[in-house]
Amino acid sequence: MNIVQNLKTSLILTLVLAVVCCGFYPVLVWGLGQGLFPKQANGSLIHDKQGNLVGSALLGQTFTGESYFHSRPSAAGNGYDPTSSGGSNLGPTSKKLSDGMAQNVSDYRKDNGLSDTAEVPADAVTASASGLDPHISVRNALLQAPRVAAKRGLTKDQITALIGKYTDHRFLGFIGEEGVNVLLLNLALDKTIE
Amino acid sequence: MTFLGWIQLAVYVGLLLAITKPLGLYLVQVLDPHGRTWFDPVLRPLERLTYRLAGIDAEHEQDWKHYTVAMLLFSFVGCLFTYVLLRCQGWLPLNPQKLPGLSSDLAFDTAMSFTTNTNWQSYSGESTMSYFSQMVSLVIHNFTSAATGVAIAAALVRGIARQSAATIGNFWVDLVRSTYYLFLPISLVLAVALVSQGMVQNFKPYDSAALVEKQTVQVPKTDDKGNPVNDAKGNPVMVDQVVDTQSISEGPMASQVAIKMLGTNGGGNTNANAAHPFENPTPLSNLLQMLAIFAIPSALTWWLGRTVGNAKHGWAVWWAMALLFLAGFLICWHYEAAGNPIHTHLGVAAADGNMEGKEVRFGIVNSSLFATITTDASCGAVNAMHDSFTPLGGLVPLFNIMLGEIVFGGVGAGLYGMLVFVVIGVFIAGLMIGRTPEYLGKKIGAYEVKMAMLVVLVLAASILGFSAWASVTEWGKAGLNNNGPHGLSEILYAYTSCTGNNGSAFAGLTANTPWYNVTLALAMFIGRFLMIVPILAMAGSLAAKKRTPAGAGTFPVSGVTFVLLLIGTILLVGALNFVPALALGPIVEHFLMLGGQLF
Repeated sequence: MNIVQNLKTSLILTLVLAVVCCGFYPVLVWGLGQGLFPKQANGSLIHDKQGNLVGSALLGQTFTGESYFHSRPSAAGNGYDPTSSGGSNLGPTSKKLSDGMAQNVSDYRKDNGLSDTAEVPADAVTASASGLDPHISVRNALLQAPRVAAKRGLTKDQITALIGKYTDHRFLGFIGEEGVNVLLLNLALDKTIE
Repeated sequence: MTFLGWIQLAVYVGLLLAITKPLGLYLVQVLDPHGRTWFDPVLRPLERLTYRLAGIDAEHEQDWKHYTVAMLLFSFVGCLFTYVLLRCQGWLPLNPQKLPGLSSDLAFDTAMSFTTNTNWQSYSGESTMSYFSQMVSLVIHNFTSAATGVAIAAALVRGIARQSAATIGNFWVDLVRSTYYLFLPISLVLAVALVSQGMVQNFKPYDSAALVEKQTVQVPKTDDKGNPVNDAKGNPVMVDQVVDTQSISEGPMASQVAIKMLGTNGGGNTNANAAHPFENPTPLSNLLQMLAIFAIPSALTWWLGRTVGNAKHGWAVWWAMALLFLAGFLICWHYEAAGNPIHTHLGVAAADGNMEGKEVRFGIVNSSLFATITTDASCGAVNAMHDSFTPLGGLVPLFNIMLGEIVFGGVGAGLYGMLVFVVIGVFIAGLMIGRTPEYLGKKIGAYEVKMAMLVVLVLAASILGFSAWASVTEWGKAGLNNNGPHGLSEILYAYTSCTGNNGSAFAGLTANTPWYNVTLALAMFIGRFLMIVPILAMAGSLAAKKRTPAGAGTFPVSGVTFVLLLIGTILLVGALNFVPALALGPIVEHFLMLGGQLF
């Protein structure tokens, strides 16, 4: 068996496959993606009426003000940092996780005027896997609605209708889970987007 | 465990079943050097050109030793190629974020990781890898390591199917044909479908968005040289910092993700992998990715049945895999849906299940399903953080990898791993009924059983040996993100994942240290090549044997009895090795969690 010949074949084959699979192929996907789905291929970016970039429809942002719906807790960098995506990676018997969650539960009840024994939706007090989760559960949004409505002088019906408008539904009605896109909802409240 | 969850499971299994035979039929053409496909007008000239440039004689078949040497040298060259490119990242193009070259240990770990189809990531993609590194240095292995897996499975099955033969195929031809005819066309279609769902595919620098609501965060104060400043008590001094922009990472992601799933590689473009909203934007993209993981491994079982002339045997292997998959998923789903009593006690809604480390759009069902699939196969992509799963929910992915990822498994790797258990199974059955063990007319001798047991023992020795070593050393314990039994689980998961060439993680472990990078890379090497070589030796030995016609006393390799025997063999031989380690990690943690114990 000829080692040198095999090494030569390996090297040339690696280079040829690199040109095909790492050159032609991604550029072809780029061409098709940019041609057929330009918005999605470029990050589903959202601009305000002046044309300034305010975020991506797929990436959450941190909200703390009373007049906004709040996103889930985030473990990505200082919160919702797409250059540092990830979860808390704290395990089920972690004291750090449990302490943090107790604080989140108490804050959530206080912020939204709930009783000290009210059950809190799990998504409202847990960090997501990516730290960039754009969604909250519908139940979570409805619990925050009275606070936001009062602060902005909107009626219950108006705010419920907006939540409905920015709810992403299950695919075909049964695949995945539904969620409310927090960034889009808040931008609509600010009338930045229609 | 909801009604919609059961429906989604049924749809997934139904779709998988539906694509198994058509894709299996296609594999017949791909793995025959003279096979014909629809893509011949475009790809046949490319295939011929490739052979001519690389000096490959496509008509020449190799014996198992030549086949093995070609595979090893090709892997070595590919590993070196990626190592050099990663070290030189700073000088290479398509690097708008001006990311520097990687350290030697990280480049070594990453090169080994992608060469062995593991895709363990000691790095965070969006802050470490340039577009060039993702698209070339890493994606080359997403194609070639997957094609290598298919090639080896093909060689083993040919060994079983042939008689009195000296050769088992040509490695170069299997590699090139799998890459061009199988992975490229399906990846192209999948990638465009994923872009339609919101996955990015561009070459622009990261975008900077003005936050809708500016935030003030506390960060550690640093001096002029960037070192943290501590107060008199030694605690870091915190200062306020205003965050008013969000840096949105971009890149050629869809082309990478399609092959990452289809080739059961699993290495994410981003740190959060398939949990990142760009890398898995919708429930539909999630379904497509889950199907892509199992598609080829499932079709290979059908191809096995066709090639050995016993379609029922292929389906029997499929059913053994499917039953193990269902059992794993149901356990994982049950415990994730049941949630964590410690958190329920704090006031978190019990009906929501364990949502820590999970995305709203996937929820409990699709996170558990993805975790089971990605570890049944040697994929290792994650759409939820396994580290934050409940103890028994997290035990399922760990246990799946310990079984050797033979439940559909990695492309090719799953099938040849499963056939090792088939050989052990018919050997045990032969002993029980007092006949010479036979598999599809081939007498199973001491040599084949030794090779098969070598594969099983190498897996256990590497996982348990390295884990034991790391858990008693300072460098091992320094990386932990969790204390108590969960800390042991983190270490155990890391070496299991690397030896099994999976690549998923209990990601709290800080593994980007020289000790971890090097030992994990060794585990990946052992888990890949110390398994492939005995398997190719077995292929060579089986190919040389004569086929004896089936008689009345021949043990059938299809039907319910065979499926149960196979599952029993896998659980007894494959899993018992790991029960003591699991008892000290996730199992004891489960009972501590029920008792409310925190660490």
